Amino acid sequence: MNISWAISGTECELQKPNMTENGLGNRVLNMDTMNPNVKRVEYAVRGPIVQRAVQIEKDLKEGVEKPFTEVIKANIGDAHAMGQKPITFLRQVVALCAYPDLLEDDKFPEDAKNRARRILQACGGGSIGAYSASPGIEIVRQDVAKYIEKRDGGIPSNPDSIYLSTGASDAIVTMLKLLTSGEGKNRTGVMISIPQYPLYSAALAELAAVQISYYLDEDKCWSLDVGELRRAVKAAREHCKPRALCIINPGNPTGQVQSRQCIEDVIRFAAEEHLFLMADEVYQDNVYAEGCQFHSFKKVLFEMGPEYSSVVELASFHSTSKCFMGECGFRGGYMEVVNMDPEVKLQLTKLVSVRLCPPILGQALLDLVVNPPQPDEPSYSTFIKERTANLDILAGKAKMTEQILNTVPGIHCNPVQGAMYTFPRLSLPEKAINAAKEKGQAPDMFYCMKLLEETGICLVPGSGFGQRDGTYHFRMTILPATEKLKVVLEKIREFHKRFTEEFS
Amino acid sequence: MHRLQHLANRSLIAGVFDQSPALVRTKARETACLVQSIRLKTQGPVEQYGLKRFSTAEATVILRENGKMREKTLTMDTLNPQVKAVEYAVRGPIVTKAGDIERGLQQGQKHPFTEVIKANIGDSHAMGQKPITFLRQVVALCSFPELLNSPSFPEDAKQRARRILQGCGGQSLGSYSASQGVDCIRQDVAVYIEQRDKGVPADWDNIYLTTGASDGIVSILKMLVSGQGRSRSGVMIPIPQYPLYSAAISELEAVQINYYLDEDNCWALDINELHRAYQAAKEHCHPRVICIINPGNPTGQVQSRKCIEEVLHFAYEENLFVMSDEVYQDNVYSADLQFHSFKKVLYEMGPEYFNTVELASFHSTSKGYSGECGFRGGYMEVLNLDLAVKAQLVKLLSVRLCPPVSGQAAMDVIVNPPLPHEPSYLQFHKEKSAVLGALAEKAQMTEQTLNTVPGIKCNPVQGAMYAFPRIFIPPRAVEEAKSLGMSPDMMYCLRLLEETGICLVPGSGFGQREGTYHFRMTILPTTEKLKVLLEKLRDFHIKFLKEYASLEEPKR
Repeated sequence: MNISWAISGTECELQKPNMTENGLGNRVLNMDTMNPNVKRVEYAVRGPIVQRAVQIEKDLKEGVEKPFTEVIKANIGDAHAMGQKPITFLRQVVALCAYPDLLEDDKFPEDAKNRARRILQACGGGSIGAYSASPGIEIVRQDVAKYIEKRDGGIPSNPDSIYLSTGASDAIVTMLKLLTSGEGKNRTGVMISIPQYPLYSAALAELAAVQISYYLDEDKCWSLDVGELRRAVKAAREHCKPRALCIINPGNPTGQVQSRQCIEDVIRFAAEEHLFLMADEVYQDNVYAEGCQFHSFKKVLFEMGPEYSSVVELASFHSTSKCFMGECGFRGGYMEVVNMDPEVKLQLTKLVSVRLCPPILGQALLDLVVNPPQPDEPSYSTFIKERTANLDILAGKAKMTEQILNTVPGIHCNPVQGAMYTFPRLSLPEKAINAAKEKGQAPDMFYCMKLLEETGICLVPGSGFGQRDGTYHFRMTILPATEKLKVVLEKIREFHKRFTEEFS
Repeated sequence: MHRLQHLANRSLIAGVFDQSPALVRTKARETACLVQSIRLKTQGPVEQYGLKRFSTAEATVILRENGKMREKTLTMDTLNPQVKAVEYAVRGPIVTKAGDIERGLQQGQKHPFTEVIKANIGDSHAMGQKPITFLRQVVALCSFPELLNSPSFPEDAKQRARRILQGCGGQSLGSYSASQGVDCIRQDVAVYIEQRDKGVPADWDNIYLTTGASDGIVSILKMLVSGQGRSRSGVMIPIPQYPLYSAAISELEAVQINYYLDEDNCWALDINELHRAYQAAKEHCHPRVICIINPGNPTGQVQSRKCIEEVLHFAYEENLFVMSDEVYQDNVYSADLQFHSFKKVLYEMGPEYFNTVELASFHSTSKGYSGECGFRGGYMEVLNLDLAVKAQLVKLLSVRLCPPVSGQAAMDVIVNPPLPHEPSYLQFHKEKSAVLGALAEKAQMTEQTLNTVPGIKCNPVQGAMYAFPRIFIPPRAVEEAKSLGMSPDMMYCLRLLEETGICLVPGSGFGQREGTYHFRMTILPTTEKLKVLLEKLRDFHIKFLKEYASLEEPKR
């Protein structure tokens, strides 16, 4: 994955641009002169399949004949784009903040107005148009800390350790940036799960850090095996300095929910191996399977006693984009850091200050997510109704997806315990694999591209997330409306049958 | 002296002195050497400026040497050295200190003033500027579309909101947009640019919406950084500069190439200085980019058309990628000056230039007349970008998914404001003119008042939102600052803050010619408050001069 500095140095020696010529053929910025780290970045969730889908959509609009009438995008966890309605209370408060004249409007409930007033009071000049402090608006950080305390059964959370962010991605990249240092065998290695959410591999490529892959166990519902962590870290020590361990729980793209025991094992491992823990918990409200429960890394860490809770460095991440609200476009999020060196914390604050602040409306929205209407407030019942409906529908779709996919010969799907995705395994005929290789494509890319061309369904090939060699998958969101999802699943079933026949 | 030492102890910049054992001093020296060597390694022989770094590895070192605590994974020793090298004075130690004082005031602490006036950052709303009604109406309608049925919103606002929502997935602001931004907003931006540039064509495919202009600037710089040693990318930036540039260059480990603006000539850009800087830098790096801020931040100058042409010609000759930061394009106050976009001038120079020079220009919702900083809206337009590189840029942006959609909506209103026949036109126009009129007046007042103070010299604030006056600091004060490990203008600003509650940013945070001292102040406080601020500043400066002059007397 990582290419050492020495190699990239050689690359550049080889391509001394000719400075004497001007003109189209010799741009300052071309594929030879651009940042090699950026070149290595890959992000399949918005990769070639999606670009093709956008093109097909345009074709359809212009009346081009296709064997389908619409493109269904099940490639990205974008709930509203798939028809989920916003939570009324959230949007009322955002509108009130944006246009405070509405505070005089009696159509808005009192609790929404109170929230808006409180947020505005905390903004410079009482306006969401002012920059906030770089770690975020003070009261929102306080509300986040209170939310975490409540979620974790009273384990204290300090607002000073909360950093609001532009979606969770922003905070994750910032943390990885802090952690990356050293050269050669001392270069920072970061352990990430395979399959993974490709933000991680992309950020590591950009930072020229070393990716250390640990494989989730597909045969055990994608659970995390500490033995595998040990194997991976041991192998990595040969060529880099492992310094961080990233966990996504509930899993993306794999949808598993980690057991408390497993989290404890991971924390013990991190303590032994001296690793900084990064816990991506953006799907913390998205747990569907019976018997599964979300446990935050922070809570488990503190329950393990001071031997661990006073030493293990942890950053955990949350976002407004997922869960019951699915407000991706607002780019709201936060991270909480635990046991971070106070000097490093100052550096973190300095680093985030260069980008001034996360978008204020995203911060406002996050505040409402962590501080929702209370039982004695007028918006409570509507809020709960909407929230429950969204989560129930997702739970229903999670189950349906698993069940239908498992009826297809050649597709095997683990239970979707949480998050918003299924990552089923595909049996692809030898001939299809060869056909793909001839085209220079990963076999599951070949599969997904054909699926898109024939059915209009847009999925992401497993190769974009990483998978064991010789296995093939796709990631599909469970976000289309129930009726549409049924159609999608039926179409996939038929396609898969056809595909298998065609290539056998 | 003792009082200042005390003052320094309490401030962040003097973190080194916080731990007193002798051990710390040794370590501090080691650390300073380390920082120095990192800097030399990463930035090559570039000029260095006053502001002392956060050299605070000591705490960690002590803990380790006592052996009481386990070493952390992430410490000042293992932290990314490029992050360590980043500096951003606009929100640096002075501002942290101002925050502390503000909190102290709230808790009833006694200070020789009753409020902190923050003139450190271009944050209009925080200084009392009111939002443009039409913009906020559209955002509210987009956020809560039920309001589209409300009779209290004008039709043109509703029409804008409907159009934006139709461009959003599921007609919701809560969907991710395409990574380049919402299509119809990119189209509106292109139309706006064409109008602004009197018909010079703009292709919406070249428009990328961003999370504030900063995001676009960093993305383009990131694309441009490559090579090692002598072939490492060099980036030419003005001095004084907006410290986003130096911070991004540090973080990306590119080489900063300083070209100095001519203070004696209203901070104009001198083409000979560009040649000098370029030739000198060629010895140790590969200059590939030139950044221009027009109107200038922190210097407030507005570039002449002729000067822009010279810069573009220079870039063409030397094969440089041009980055043109034009976020203050609506903020031009001198009646005889005009904003010229780099793109328009490039076009007018003929196809040989227009089809060759690679140009990225940047705009934002944060400045102009709207001052909507909190929305983090912005765009960039790229010209002549290699097609394969363009695909790489889209890929890079896609990892962060998309800029905040509400910020994109705000950007749309700015590029697509009410037209003369629309119901909101009059009010919009009135609000816009009021804001720009007040800014023009404050720009003039600031220049005039500051120039009445002995030892302060202020160039005309032709545009943008800042004055960057030169201040005379007596040698005795300079000496004292140096003995405290502080740059003299940092000491000046720190004292100003402690004594008057006025929060400015020392010139060293932006860069300045050696031996000159400045501060940046915004012209954003309300006219009344700005008057008070300027008076206080005058009194402070006179007192400061007297104090250090009299300190020198006994020596004579």
